[in-house]
Amino acid sequence: MAATVELPTGGFVFENCQRNKVLEGQGFKAPTAYKTGTTIAGIVFKDGVVLGADTRATEDTIVADKNCAKIHYMSSNIYCCGAGTAADTEMTTQMISSELELHRLNTGRLPRVCTANRLLKQMLFRYHGYIGAALVLGGVDVTGPHLYSIHPHGSTDKLPYVTMGSGSLAAMAIFEDRFKPDMSRDDAMKLVRDAIAAGIFNDLGSGSNIDLCVITKDKVEYIRPFDEANKKGVRQGKYRYAKGTTGVISSEVRKIPIEVVSSNVRAVPMDTQ
Amino acid sequence: MEFMTMPTQQAEKPIQARFSPYDMNGGTVLAIAGEDFAVIASDTRLSQGFSIHSRDTPKTTQMTGNTVIGSCGFHGDVLTLTKVIQTRLKMFSHIHNKDMDTTSIAAMLSTILYYRRFFPYYVYNIVAGLDSEGKGCVFSFDPVGSYERESYRAGGSASSMLQPLLDNQIGMKNQEGAKQVPLSKAKAVALVKDVFTSAAERDIYTGDGIVIHVVSKDGITTETFPLRRD
Repeated sequence: MAATVELPTGGFVFENCQRNKVLEGQGFKAPTAYKTGTTIAGIVFKDGVVLGADTRATEDTIVADKNCAKIHYMSSNIYCCGAGTAADTEMTTQMISSELELHRLNTGRLPRVCTANRLLKQMLFRYHGYIGAALVLGGVDVTGPHLYSIHPHGSTDKLPYVTMGSGSLAAMAIFEDRFKPDMSRDDAMKLVRDAIAAGIFNDLGSGSNIDLCVITKDKVEYIRPFDEANKKGVRQGKYRYAKGTTGVISSEVRKIPIEVVSSNVRAVPMDTQ
Repeated sequence: MEFMTMPTQQAEKPIQARFSPYDMNGGTVLAIAGEDFAVIASDTRLSQGFSIHSRDTPKTTQMTGNTVIGSCGFHGDVLTLTKVIQTRLKMFSHIHNKDMDTTSIAAMLSTILYYRRFFPYYVYNIVAGLDSEGKGCVFSFDPVGSYERESYRAGGSASSMLQPLLDNQIGMKNQEGAKQVPLSKAKAVALVKDVFTSAAERDIYTGDGIVIHVVSKDGITTETFPLRRD
């Protein structure tokens, strides 16, 4: 009998590309992926980095997720915000996160931010921008705090303050106005909050809450939600249905025939080593 | 000797620069007809793509002391269309020394829209008011003039979210043993606020606020209500 389950061999499968191109030529629409029309941002402050993100995921003009997490774990000292195709940002950060963990195990050292940056950019460059991930990478390593922005084609920038996503212009406007080098922790958090809030209110692709991640030399604070920029409207009416409102088309009760051979209950010690 | 197979160079299509006369500015309108009143509401957000142009632009226009029109789609066409209707109504009132009926305004709007059958106004209209007998009425239109009298209707970007809810809550659709009770003014207004609050949660083009007009024999009252602004 032929194997019904195909085991993955690693890497992407491209075998349906030719078929899909033909189907598309015949007028079939390929399914659309969730896009996180997003505002993500980060700044370097006196003793670390602050990363921020909104929590809206959209599918065309519909809000698909009102509270999604866009700040991803890379390693214990590095986090990464993702904008673009939701699946791409999620999987890319997971893959590189696992590479970083193997790297940490091999070297016995905490990974550096520049290492994460290089792994991410080399992976994205390999796929010519088809992996739609726009990232803001931040962390603190043995050489200090670092912040990178990574574009889907694999180009990167190392800057003291960065924004990405559809709300990046609104957020960058706030940074350009108020960023100063060596800010205090509280000022830095307030600035990132305000930058994300600017994206939430002025960009239709961004919305809902603000998540923050503050990374310092020996501490990471992942605050979710940090702020609820929008209070949800309160309903005026009541919409409970009376019992029996749902129509029942037909009903039938059947007995399941069981043949009890034996019944025996006893304690089994747990297998621990 | 063998011919080398050269990659066939496909001739590039000529690039045609074209001006698109249409745009989509989002927004949602909604109208409900009661026994002796009509409620019509719209959100106040004007947007394009991922940007908000205005947070305070209602898409409803009062036409007479008896009729309000809600229009959304391309805002440039909305402005022109409402101006044309208002001009026609002014001409009518000068000639006949009275305001046009809601029913007649709906019929006139249909002809105005169909006149532009092959270069349409990109506008979704809903007309609400009182008919000649004083009963609440709602008329809904497509952009080229097909229209119908209904008892409730949603139009615009979140219409596909609002309409099924109205079918259930006003039309009592898909409810076993539910009684049709006459809709009160207060219930209608509360329902309008609730459906817009819900639509603002999921539709990115609906938000900021709503304007609600209640048309009755005593005139038209207008109230505003805030929505989320993200």
